[in-house]
Amino acid sequence: MLKIKDLHASIEDKEILKGINLEVKAGEVHAIMGPNGSGKSTLASVLAGREDYEVTAGSAEFGGKDLLEMAAEERAREGVFLAFQYPIEIPGVSTTNFMKTALNQVREHKGLDPLDAVSFLKLMKEKMQLVEIDQSLLSRSLNEGFSGGEKKRNEIFQMAMLEPKLSILDETDSGLDIDALKIVANGVNTLKNKDNATIVVTHYQRLLDYIVPDFVHVLYKGRIVKSGTKDLALELEEKGYDWIKEEVDATI
Amino acid sequence: MTEVAERSKILEGLNTRFSSLNNSSDFHAIRQKAFDFINEKGLPHPKNEEYKFTNVTRILEKQFDISKKSGHAVGKSDVDALVFEGLDVIKLVFINGEFSLELSDIEETKGLKISSIGKAIESNDPQFLALFGEATKNNNDEFAALNTALVEDGSFITVADNSIIEKPIALFFINDATNDKNYTNSRNLISIGKNSQVDFLELFSTKGNNDSFTNIVTEILVDENAHGNYYKIQNNNDNASHIGTTQIHQKRSSVFSTYTFTLNGGTVRNNLNIAVDGEGCESHMYGLYVVNGKTHVDNHTAADHIRPHSMSNELYKGILEDNARGVFNGKVYVRQAAQKTNAFQSNKNILLSDTSTVNTKPQLEIWADDVKCSHGCTTGQLDEDALFYLRARGLSKTSARAMLLYAFAIEVIESVKLEPLKNYLEHIISERLHKDF
Ligand SMILES: Nc1ncnc2c1ncn2[C@@H]1O[C@H](COP(=O)(O)OP(=O)(O)OP(=O)(O)O)[C@@H](O)[C@H]1O
Ligand SMILES: [Mg+2]
Repeated sequence: MLKIKDLHASIEDKEILKGINLEVKAGEVHAIMGPNGSGKSTLASVLAGREDYEVTAGSAEFGGKDLLEMAAEERAREGVFLAFQYPIEIPGVSTTNFMKTALNQVREHKGLDPLDAVSFLKLMKEKMQLVEIDQSLLSRSLNEGFSGGEKKRNEIFQMAMLEPKLSILDETDSGLDIDALKIVANGVNTLKNKDNATIVVTHYQRLLDYIVPDFVHVLYKGRIVKSGTKDLALELEEKGYDWIKEEVDATI
Repeated sequence: MTEVAERSKILEGLNTRFSSLNNSSDFHAIRQKAFDFINEKGLPHPKNEEYKFTNVTRILEKQFDISKKSGHAVGKSDVDALVFEGLDVIKLVFINGEFSLELSDIEETKGLKISSIGKAIESNDPQFLALFGEATKNNNDEFAALNTALVEDGSFITVADNSIIEKPIALFFINDATNDKNYTNSRNLISIGKNSQVDFLELFSTKGNNDSFTNIVTEILVDENAHGNYYKIQNNNDNASHIGTTQIHQKRSSVFSTYTFTLNGGTVRNNLNIAVDGEGCESHMYGLYVVNGKTHVDNHTAADHIRPHSMSNELYKGILEDNARGVFNGKVYVRQAAQKTNAFQSNKNILLSDTSTVNTKPQLEIWADDVKCSHGCTTGQLDEDALFYLRARGLSKTSARAMLLYAFAIEVIESVKLEPLKNYLEHIISERLHKDF
């Protein structure tokens, strides 16, 4: 589904991603871990199409198409979804309000008719239940005055509405208490099937008890320096990153 | 031509126009005084602090044929085109500055008296002569004086005490510049009695592409405990210049709101002055300008708190594209006697191009010590993070942009209490944000 080869990206002439290689197949869950500032969010942003980053080398293919050629909205319409690490506030724009436009533009791209108001509402109700989010929250200005947990649940709600092929969850678990974490994980697991894939970026092994990954990768200094199974996450939880850093820094 | 020569030519033209006026009415003395003031003071110079960013005198360089009345071909369909859905109003129509009884629709309403200014002047209406200039007493603006000197027509409206006027009163000012340039000096004089309630709209539009200039003054006297809303909608064409002065005097416990929507025009200068001259008053000033091309829109507002326990609240927002220019100057005076005043002011702008500009300046002068005042101005670009967020959900760049701009503008539109107007503005602005911007 997603094939990233030797991907380099910089911002303001500073190279952040220094040759990422990663393949994600349909039905898989990949976890990306790594110390602060290693480039996890940068990778997520580059995949989602943020224009501030300049891709200087490498390629990324999504469903056989050149992902890097596409504008952010095209990627979303093709089925890439990014749950933001820090969802922003947009005064005056409610989730309901922009999701309706978003969903219909995605549907149009797929050659589907727009949803009428009734079907849209029905779909909303269904997805709201999944992440246990209240309708009143969705009709308020996006993220304005939302708690941390509400912001994250809202991201997963949007994911549920759009039913993407590839979901990238950037620290969706950070700052969540255990109840909120379970709700988010349950949402993600319910949406999972053999045709879609998930990349979870996280600092905490805890999430991986609920969303069980097929692969765990460690990103450090802009490269994937170690990959393994979910046992790697447990090892990291126990030993931290220093041993990996030492290994890597010794070879440079 | 040198500037000095140009200016003397303008004054000469104004003189011709002034001399052509009928001088037999009692009102002529008032005109004369105002005209003397202009001859003595001259027209505003760009060095004049009040007109620093807006060279208004240049408008008059367009050599409007001063003595000739311009013909027009404005009919019912033109007026109907301006009446948006659901707008049920008492209608006064002015074409090239002149009242048109034929196109107006004035319903007999208890407590409401409507006359044209032209008629009030001609008939030496004593009530008109007594009220005229009351609100503008302390106004030293040259263009307000020019209006007094040259006023042709307009509306004289009085609302008796304890009268609730159900239907809003809409004043349509349509200029037809198809065949000729035109220059009008319209005036409205409005007096709202004690405990009364009334809403007004001033709607401006132009036909044809010759240069035109409107120098309009509206005086509003708001008596004790009266309530009112005043909506100004400026949607002229690119060659239409407009100077509009709204002068409001509020007495005790009155609540008055003004709304200024500028959608298009050449040079637009709005002077809004409110004397909050009573205890327990509320004054709201809302403004929204959504402009592109070469439109220049300047809003100068002043809230003068004279007595204690009143509040004023101001919110002006602007979206500018292309080479559009915006100016905002918001003065708040709190006199020494005006203790316990609450005064809030905010001006926010979004610039959509590198070539659009805004000059914004809050000006608070406070002599009382027990007051709550705040102000804030921001000018910036569209929030790139928000744009990316929406695009990452599948919204096209155009839709995302329009949605964000609309969200920015809606705060002002939402404050409109007149439902059909609110719907109209919602519609016209969202359409424009998708198309032009
Ligand atoms: N807009 C920017 N301008 C300059 N440097 C940036 C910018 N965004 C990110 N960086 C830098 O890029 C590097 C990688 O940042 P990134 O946010 O991708 O890290 P991360 O792995 O997601 O970290 P965290 O775990 O703290 O979320 C950091 O050194 C960061 O300072
Ligand atoms: Mg990050």
